[in-house]
Amino acid sequence: MAKRVVILGGGTGGTLTANRLRRVYSDTEVEITVIDQDDRHVYQPGLLFVPFGLAHAEDIVRPRGRQFHHGIDYVKGAIDHVDLAASTVQLTDGSTLGYDVLVVATGAVLVPEETEGLVGSGWMEKVFTFYSPEGAAALGAALSRFDGGRLVVNVVDMPIKCPVAPLEFCFLADWYFRERRIRDQVQLTYLTPLDGAFTKPVASKRLAGMLAEKGVELVTEFNTGEVDGKEGRLIAYDGREVGFDLAVVVPLHSGAAYVGRSPGLGDELNFVPTDDHTLQSQVAPNVFVIGDAANVPASKAGSVTHFEGEVLVENVRRYLAGDSLDASFDGHTNCFIETGFHKALLIDFDYDTEPLPGHYPSSVGLPLLAESRLNHLGKLMFQWFYWHGLLPGRDIPGISSAMPIAGKQSSAASVSSKD
Amino acid sequence: MSTSTIANIDVEFNDEGFFVDPDQWTVDMVPELARREGIEELTDAHWQVIRFMRSEYLAKGTGPTVRVLGKTSGVSIKELYQLFPKGPAKMAAKIAGIPKPRGCI
Repeated sequence: MAKRVVILGGGTGGTLTANRLRRVYSDTEVEITVIDQDDRHVYQPGLLFVPFGLAHAEDIVRPRGRQFHHGIDYVKGAIDHVDLAASTVQLTDGSTLGYDVLVVATGAVLVPEETEGLVGSGWMEKVFTFYSPEGAAALGAALSRFDGGRLVVNVVDMPIKCPVAPLEFCFLADWYFRERRIRDQVQLTYLTPLDGAFTKPVASKRLAGMLAEKGVELVTEFNTGEVDGKEGRLIAYDGREVGFDLAVVVPLHSGAAYVGRSPGLGDELNFVPTDDHTLQSQVAPNVFVIGDAANVPASKAGSVTHFEGEVLVENVRRYLAGDSLDASFDGHTNCFIETGFHKALLIDFDYDTEPLPGHYPSSVGLPLLAESRLNHLGKLMFQWFYWHGLLPGRDIPGISSAMPIAGKQSSAASVSSKD
Repeated sequence: MSTSTIANIDVEFNDEGFFVDPDQWTVDMVPELARREGIEELTDAHWQVIRFMRSEYLAKGTGPTVRVLGKTSGVSIKELYQLFPKGPAKMAAKIAGIPKPRGCI
């Protein structure tokens, strides 16, 4: 009898897992079912460009169903809960699906209502987020009307999807207002709960330097307790207040709500406890986790999900065959950071190695931790690869899922000598 | 790295002021560690948070972040900031003798 693999979520991780599994197994060996509550697959890296008129919200959304290979069953339905003991998924319409292996790929959701006042007065009028297609489009309209004043970009708390995106927003905002010739009338401020511009020391220093060069004020360890949209104030738990005319807020993130309704599946924030290296969950041996839904200490980013795919599919295969798992996922992350003026920076790191300068993937390649036009082109070309290479489950020639070390300058000292 | 004598024991601290070896910690050190953080008088609520941090670390290998503390410790985030004004997760972790809570990346 065919084994049943049920994949929860038809986004980046769910789609590439389904397509990779379909290539490994025939229909008679494994039945693959993907469940998602809607048919809108958003190319999330594109959201950053929408507020600046560099992309349109409708152009970055495609139907989920069309991204799957033949022989994958796509069910449109909302998940009520997972019963780990019975190995079943209960949908809100009352139907039940049994599984031999469950893959959780439902990502992270925005929970702006968890921050006092954030969805109160001023929400979508002078307080926006670009982390949803609707929010990004509405922010675009507000930016085009903005003639000057204080614009704050605020990360409420970690973890967030794509931790570099709010920094990219600052860089692009600087460029946008320069193009409109009103940069001198706009005060840009970045408020972060972190103790620096970014989490990793070498990149944090480089990015803080870039904020300073572009005249963006950096406020660190700002833990947002309340948003007062009416008066235009952000209030930190420690009492600090920052006024704004326009606020771009990255709300708190959680795992999907059904995770919280499934006994034993998630942690306090509804992310699923997962082994850092095998991607098997720590809650049941037949449950695996890919992408933002996992609590692994890697960035919540599409590149991580992409690099996880190879190890995850191999481990589902080994689990079904009764073999021991491959513990080789290294936390590899790779991010293009748009810096405006048709340029971008590239960073590449893993669980143990922080982003370093040099070149990627080897000494002949894209410059790391340095601005270049080539990186910007790389970021633009990635959208094509996302739909036609990454989701179908193809590998990129020369790009391995393990982090490459060739081409990198190994010591942090070599960076400071350049500054 | 630096060494200070707390409750008659030489304790090693890292550059950020967290315990290098959480096993060196004893409950007798708490009042002195709290004073180093500027807390003169420990209330029951302080103790509740410090004990919670310690037990979470022993169970999970990392201390909770402020957001998780607010959801699970029985003390709201606002109250946590009143108790530990310089940042509840970091301050309570130092007093509970555990490493810096694993921040999210």
